[in-house]
Amino acid sequence: MATIRIDGQDYPVEEGQNLLQACLGLGLNLPYFCWHPALGSVGACRQCALLQYQNQDDTRGRLVMGCMTPVADGQILSIKAANAVTFRAGVIETLMTNHPHDCPVCEEAGECHLQDMTVMSGHHQRRFRGRKRTFSNQDLGPCIGHEMNRCITCYRCLRFYRDYAGGQDLHAYGSRNQIYFGRFEDGTLESVFSGNLVEVCPTGVFTDKTLAAHYSRKWDLQCAPSVCVHCSLGCNTSPGERYGMLKRIQNRYHPEINGHFLCDRGRFGYEFVNHPERLRQSYQRIDGELIPCSAEAAVTALQQFFSPQQAEAKQADANSAVPKARPIGIGSPRATLESNWALQQLVGADHFFSGLSRADETLHQAMLSLLLSCTHATTLEQVERADAVLVIGEDLLNSAPRLGLSVRQAIRAASLAKADAIRVPLWQDQAVQIAGQDVGHPLYLLHSQRSELDNLARDSVHASPQQQAQLGFAIAHALDPQAPAVAGLEPRQQALASEIATRLMEARYPLLIAGASSRSRELIYACAQIHQALVRQRGKAKPVGLQLVFPESNSLGLALLTRHQHENSLDDAFTLANLRPTRALILENDLYRRAPKAQVDHFFDQLEQKVVIDLLASPTTARADLLLAATSFAESRGTLVNNEGRAQTLFPVFPPPREMAMSWQWLRRVAAADWLQANPLVEVNDEAQLLAQLAASDPLLAPLQALAGTDANPDANPNTTHSSRWTTPRMPHRYSGRTALRAQLNIHEPQQPHDPDSTLAYSMEGLPVYRRVTAQDPGLPPLPFAWYPGWNSNQAQYKFDQQRRGLLGREVAEARLIPAKTVQHPTWYAPAGRRADQNSEQRGEPMSPALLIVPQPQAFGSEELSRVAAAIAARTAPLRLWLHPEDGQRQSIADGDQLVIQLDSLDILLQAQFDPGQAPGTARVTDGMPPLCGCTLPQYSRIIRSGANPLIASDRPQELDPSLQADTHLNPHPNQEQEQEQADD
Amino acid sequence: MTNSTDALLERPLTALIKPDRSPLSLKEYRDGGGYRGLEQALKHLTPEAVLKQVTDANLRGRGGAGFSTGLKWSFMPRDSGAPTPRYLVCNADEMEPGTFKDRLLMESNPHQLLEGMAISAYALGAEIGYMFLRAEYGRAAAHLQRALQEALDAGYLGNNLLGTEFSLTIHLHTSAGRYICGEETALLNSLEGKRATPRAKPPFPQVCGLFGQPTVVNNCETLCNIPHILANGADWYLSLGRGADSGTKIFGAAGNVRRPGLWERPMGTPIREIFEDCAGGMSPGYQMRGFLPGGASTDFLLPEHLDLAMDYDVIGRAGSRMGTASLIVLDDQTCPVAMVRNLTHFFAQESCGWCTPCRDGLPWAEQLLNEIEAGRGRMEDLDTLAWQCRFMGPGNTFCALAPGAAEPIQSALKYFREDFERHITAKGCPWH
Repeated sequence: MATIRIDGQDYPVEEGQNLLQACLGLGLNLPYFCWHPALGSVGACRQCALLQYQNQDDTRGRLVMGCMTPVADGQILSIKAANAVTFRAGVIETLMTNHPHDCPVCEEAGECHLQDMTVMSGHHQRRFRGRKRTFSNQDLGPCIGHEMNRCITCYRCLRFYRDYAGGQDLHAYGSRNQIYFGRFEDGTLESVFSGNLVEVCPTGVFTDKTLAAHYSRKWDLQCAPSVCVHCSLGCNTSPGERYGMLKRIQNRYHPEINGHFLCDRGRFGYEFVNHPERLRQSYQRIDGELIPCSAEAAVTALQQFFSPQQAEAKQADANSAVPKARPIGIGSPRATLESNWALQQLVGADHFFSGLSRADETLHQAMLSLLLSCTHATTLEQVERADAVLVIGEDLLNSAPRLGLSVRQAIRAASLAKADAIRVPLWQDQAVQIAGQDVGHPLYLLHSQRSELDNLARDSVHASPQQQAQLGFAIAHALDPQAPAVAGLEPRQQALASEIATRLMEARYPLLIAGASSRSRELIYACAQIHQALVRQRGKAKPVGLQLVFPESNSLGLALLTRHQHENSLDDAFTLANLRPTRALILENDLYRRAPKAQVDHFFDQLEQKVVIDLLASPTTARADLLLAATSFAESRGTLVNNEGRAQTLFPVFPPPREMAMSWQWLRRVAAADWLQANPLVEVNDEAQLLAQLAASDPLLAPLQALAGTDANPDANPNTTHSSRWTTPRMPHRYSGRTALRAQLNIHEPQQPHDPDSTLAYSMEGLPVYRRVTAQDPGLPPLPFAWYPGWNSNQAQYKFDQQRRGLLGREVAEARLIPAKTVQHPTWYAPAGRRADQNSEQRGEPMSPALLIVPQPQAFGSEELSRVAAAIAARTAPLRLWLHPEDGQRQSIADGDQLVIQLDSLDILLQAQFDPGQAPGTARVTDGMPPLCGCTLPQYSRIIRSGANPLIASDRPQELDPSLQADTHLNPHPNQEQEQEQADD
Repeated sequence: MTNSTDALLERPLTALIKPDRSPLSLKEYRDGGGYRGLEQALKHLTPEAVLKQVTDANLRGRGGAGFSTGLKWSFMPRDSGAPTPRYLVCNADEMEPGTFKDRLLMESNPHQLLEGMAISAYALGAEIGYMFLRAEYGRAAAHLQRALQEALDAGYLGNNLLGTEFSLTIHLHTSAGRYICGEETALLNSLEGKRATPRAKPPFPQVCGLFGQPTVVNNCETLCNIPHILANGADWYLSLGRGADSGTKIFGAAGNVRRPGLWERPMGTPIREIFEDCAGGMSPGYQMRGFLPGGASTDFLLPEHLDLAMDYDVIGRAGSRMGTASLIVLDDQTCPVAMVRNLTHFFAQESCGWCTPCRDGLPWAEQLLNEIEAGRGRMEDLDTLAWQCRFMGPGNTFCALAPGAAEPIQSALKYFREDFERHITAKGCPWH
């Protein structure tokens, strides 16, 4: 700790930071532009100048830049000195010479850092009489708007996009006051992190195009603390709503997970909430047609579904002579813990199926056991400090992009040690980068194809999942001779295994990353083997990091709920339906994404009655007899368990329309039926009780009690929403038109919705979001949005970043479910190829000319919900079969040819695309995209050439196949449904 | 021969240069005593001893800042554990308006620079050298390239120089043409293939320079002094100066003087000697109104300052800087506002765009000067200009470009204020 004196007052501050950080942390207002807590200091904008005095007798002082000056004990400083104030106003005035006065039509206005800083610095009268410079703007794609005239040249966009996130297609062009930040030519920004430019840019150069399409000012957006539902990392978000429409997603700072940045899938995938295909009310099948019905009618129907006697009484069907068994429930890895648990309670654990294929179910259980055996829980923040990283079977920038970004930071962090050695402060970004530009990082990748991170890897292996696993087992053996050896490895692989083992052993903090993307249990076993060997060899005191990537937002939560069950996969449900008449309730799950179409069709054909609760229309909802509209994350309160076992609460951003309900609430209404008296769900009246029941149901879930207890509003008065001292408003205090929003329907102001389940109010009133939390507070409340007096932009959060970091572990909205244990793995796994079950994993025969078709999750297009969002759909690459050119030549396939592959006896027409980075003998397809999404992968398939490259224009002469001319493939984004039809033909 | 030896001792940098300024071949350079300093250093002196001689000679950087070369070198880690490779970079990006001294040295005596670099690299333990050459200096590039090959063939460069353990590779890099590349850290960024923006200091290049390695950047003329210091000793070098500073300096004069050009004279030579004896005073019909003593980015001085000695500190005390010691003379038939506007236009064009006061401040200053020159100025504009000069002052900006650019403006406002006011009151330029 150092003591610094600012404007006559002494403050204790942490050493090692810079003066700007220190001032912001103290709650002092010092304006800035180019500094960013994650990007560090570069000293470009000169806005954070303050006066430093040499000693007590020095009355003149000299200007120093806060962001470039390290804190030192005994510093005497002034923010308020006239010199400093004038200089800072001058910086703004100078910046403003080129900034247009277009705030009224600028998307940033109202949350513009430049506006805030201009007001803060006191510049209000302009002396500049010249012309402002003007630029042409670019079309940067469906996500990001571009208005370069507003640029104040702080360089943050470049420093984030290129230096931090590794993007290549944004750069600075020109010089002097004509610097242009853009692409070489118009086109979609390629980086999967491009959306962060919206928040990184201190003014309106880069704006959220999806927000602009249905624009509202920040002060008019109702927000709540939420959690991203588009992958398993559980990044914290702050969605904003107005007029019942979700308008945008912003990052919500979480020091251990997403920090300051989100990926584009998380930021722009939200529009599924507003999608026209969204189910907004319940439907009943009458005479074969799905007919809309009221919520009350739906509940009655649902009760009948659960009450065999009543159902029987009403049915004249002769088949029902046999007493009906209880219905089965099919859960979902994207539904909340509460909803899954409620269904599990309602139908009974033995009738609850996970909704995953058996392969996926066992894979996820294997991952869960690996996590449970871990000695050390690894956060994304810790990933950024790992000094040796091995990634097995994951293309992180596609399967869990934010984790990929953290791995990138681990690589950048390699230069920190060198910078530290020459005593460069670690926040001095430019110098750190220059010092460390030649420092390598031991990042190793095992995958079936080349990925973007390969450019940073010290070595990478592109091979089939089985070969990757072999190498993994070899690494474990190299680490610990007790681990079984792997026979038949090539010398290069053997040498690489030894090298990786050495690097992992040497590292201060080695990190293993694996996951479900390759759909290979072998890889998880290999990862577990390496983990066990590392822990054994390094000893318990030295941590070993482990991150496992699950496919969906609550995959781990579902795995926790079903971990004691057997035969609870979707395949088991299919078997059950084969054995006896069955009725099923399907919770937020499109089964056509889980199993081959023929199997699901057959299953539905056999089912007596199908109830589906979901939020988007899908092939599954089309088969429902009773369809109930579920709320999305934006209208739900619930718990999701992220990939590290962190249970996080998401809060409703806006109350759902009457016809929708959270899935567990639909189920709760049934539980009131007489015949379910003994069901624990009956005891549940609200969220807190449900969480308490959940916590009591399983020792591993016991920490959930914290989410139920501390957050509940102790003083809540059911008649008002904002009388409590703990209530936090969801609306900014300048929220406008609240009383007029519905005036065209009814001039009477409706009562504000009441939210008894949380400390958040659907109101502008309550405790300010920025209040400083003290030790007396029951816990650290989650913030609906970032705001601080004078700081309307999201940069307000830096004002309390440090404080929140200091209070980690006291969050009221999260609980760690997977305890760090010191349990050893019971046994070593036999290397791949020696176990009996290994053949079950890769279906089909590895005979020539077959290729192993492997799934590849894509950031855009693979995830079920986000793929329907317009911005994400526009960035989704068309489905292709990517294969190695040598494999193509061997089978006389040319790049661009039409191919037919056979998966689960289904013929699928795809266009071939050569990729020298694809492992020979394998070919990849985008995971989760129709018509492939239910297919079993990886799977061997023969490749049948069905037509030549359908290209119609090329620089080179090309023979056209006349039969393909009338084809739809002239469209650069071929319609998947048509492809499906062709395949079916 | 005696005459030429004496000349070499009086004017070591330029004595060998031929009247037609064609480049000295290796043989001609050697015949004139060239590469003696290198032999002396490599065969008889340790790197430490070379460093000591340069320090003792009190050589100060000739690029404009006048920082002690020996001191600069001493910050370079040189012990056995020091990081390698280490770099020596010759800053030959001579883009200061009115300055052309390095051009003469490189075009006419390229081996002198190479020898200076070789000795310096030996002292610093640098194994790789770069010459960062101004884009427009095509002739210098050709001459240097030829000299590099000659020196390589003769064993003055390359592996095991003169049979010693010491090896040195020198690369010639021609700039893409930006004034900011003369700023040593922007030069390094440019050399690395990055945008030519300056770097924050600390860390200084000696600790973290080119490609993150220890690097010394010296001006071309500074390096050309080194062979002579080694050949003739520090005492001789100290004795050359007429004032506090040692050695000689290439002085220049431009503007409406009778003989614009370059002359090598001892440090501390009074400005009047350069102006009158060397440049021959003003051209007929012109009166001197003032002059920039060291290139475009220095403060104006007045005729009353002509008797000052050209020493770093003397000129500094008079309120300007010696800079590159190239006089730019303002005469009575040139509008001072137009001259300052012209200079400001240059600096505004050449701002790298990194920091706000320079990037957006200089175009604003240029806009004001344009307005005043065009007769659209207002009296308060002079206050704005004066404020801008303080705003862009040293320490307030990221590098020295904007403070340098402010110097002619602020001094013109001080010495020629009535001319500015006449523009405003007369709503036009009196010189038009």
